[in-house]
Amino acid sequence: MSALSPLSIVVEDLAKTFVLHNADSATIPVFHNLRLEVRPGECVVLAGESGVGKSTLMRSIYGNYLPTDGGVRVMHDGAYVDITRAAPHEVLEVRRRTLGYVSQFLRVIPRIPTLQLVMEPLLENGVDCDEARRRATELLSALRLPEAHWELPPATFSGGEQQRVNIARSFIRKYPVLLLDEPTASLDAENRAIVVQLIKSALAEGAAMIGIFHDEDVRDAVATRLFPVSQFKAAA
Amino acid sequence: MQREEWGFVHQNPRDGLRMRVSGGANVAEPLMYLGQRHYGKMRQATIDWLERVELDTLRIDDKPRNFSGGMQQRIQVARNLIHGPRLVFMDEPTGGLDVSVQARLLDLLRELVRDLNLAVIIVTHDMAVARLMADRLIVMKGGHVVETGLTDQVLDDPQHPYSQLLVSSVLQI
Ligand SMILES: Nc1ncnc2c1ncn2[C@@H]1O[C@H](COP(=O)(O)OP(=O)(O)OP(=O)(O)O)[C@@H](O)[C@H]1O
Ligand SMILES: [Mg+2]
Repeated sequence: MSALSPLSIVVEDLAKTFVLHNADSATIPVFHNLRLEVRPGECVVLAGESGVGKSTLMRSIYGNYLPTDGGVRVMHDGAYVDITRAAPHEVLEVRRRTLGYVSQFLRVIPRIPTLQLVMEPLLENGVDCDEARRRATELLSALRLPEAHWELPPATFSGGEQQRVNIARSFIRKYPVLLLDEPTASLDAENRAIVVQLIKSALAEGAAMIGIFHDEDVRDAVATRLFPVSQFKAAA
Repeated sequence: MQREEWGFVHQNPRDGLRMRVSGGANVAEPLMYLGQRHYGKMRQATIDWLERVELDTLRIDDKPRNFSGGMQQRIQVARNLIHGPRLVFMDEPTGGLDVSVQARLLDLLRELVRDLNLAVIIVTHDMAVARLMADRLIVMKGGHVVETGLTDQVLDDPQHPYSQLLVSSVLQI
């Protein structure tokens, strides 16, 4: 990707402080004045010790946490949308088409079979059912999820199996922007290698990514740059 | 907005159904109010809707009291959707039901909302129902709105003391 292609994510002077009203209004300052820019084809890895605010930053970019100050602009359909100020239906639209998110834990609608869950992002984007099924089957096979599992809801799956369902949902279509919060945490070496390949080919096709990876091998394999969150540590 | 453009699903099916007439008549009634007089067409629409809410069409003539709570609730849903409203109010629609019955009704409602492109306003005390069903959440206390926003944001990073209390009071399972 050329250095001139427009930025995919622009985080501007972002601040987040949690206020716990039912605990004597305790405040937890996490970061402030945080700036970050990510281009297509880049994978920025958030670094820093536990509790420094990596997930908080990622969730703020996804619109799941409400920052105290600053903005998060995401390139969506050729124009920037400020996730921190957009109306809920706009955020949902950006998530549907532009912004994918793999969390460490699978959070899905209960009772829906795995195959259906993996097809969903395609169906929501107008891909027809047969094509969606074909691609979901292909990806679940590539991720080596046993075929016997495909018609079952993932609630009873092992941690690593659930994680692979999560990954399949986010890599089944080409999200221009992907947020990955420890997507390989409960995977074995072989599955980690498969996910590294998925990440690399998405990057080669111009996806912009922000990732959190505790596994150093994965991090070294996919990171184009490290971003230490602690440099924006807000004073307690 | 005209009467035919909205529906109202009550918490207690007894408040939303006429208990003296059959399940099928309950479903068909809104069509009659709207001037439909063709009996055959109404009966067919009723059968279609009973199927859509996964009820046995052979029981079309049974009275509501002969159906279980979950089934009564599904009759109520069919009665409120048959005339093609654009907006539906639902007051604790799964309130009095067993969890397994609740889950099935929620699945059904989600599907219908998506397929019919409905706008729904749902009242619930159950945060899991809110997360599952709603795009937007409005938290109210003492008759006032204290917080509004994207559902997962309000549930995962609530700002108002009362919203924080609500979310932190939910048992994690
Ligand atoms: N929803 C929340 N409400 C209140 N405080 C929170 C919330 N989420 C995170 N925090 C606090 O914000 C700080 C940063 O947490 P965060 O989860 O971002 O850390 P992290 O860098 O991802 O850590 P880890 O590597 O352990 O996952 C912590 O002190 C945490 O307690
Ligand atoms: Mg984290």
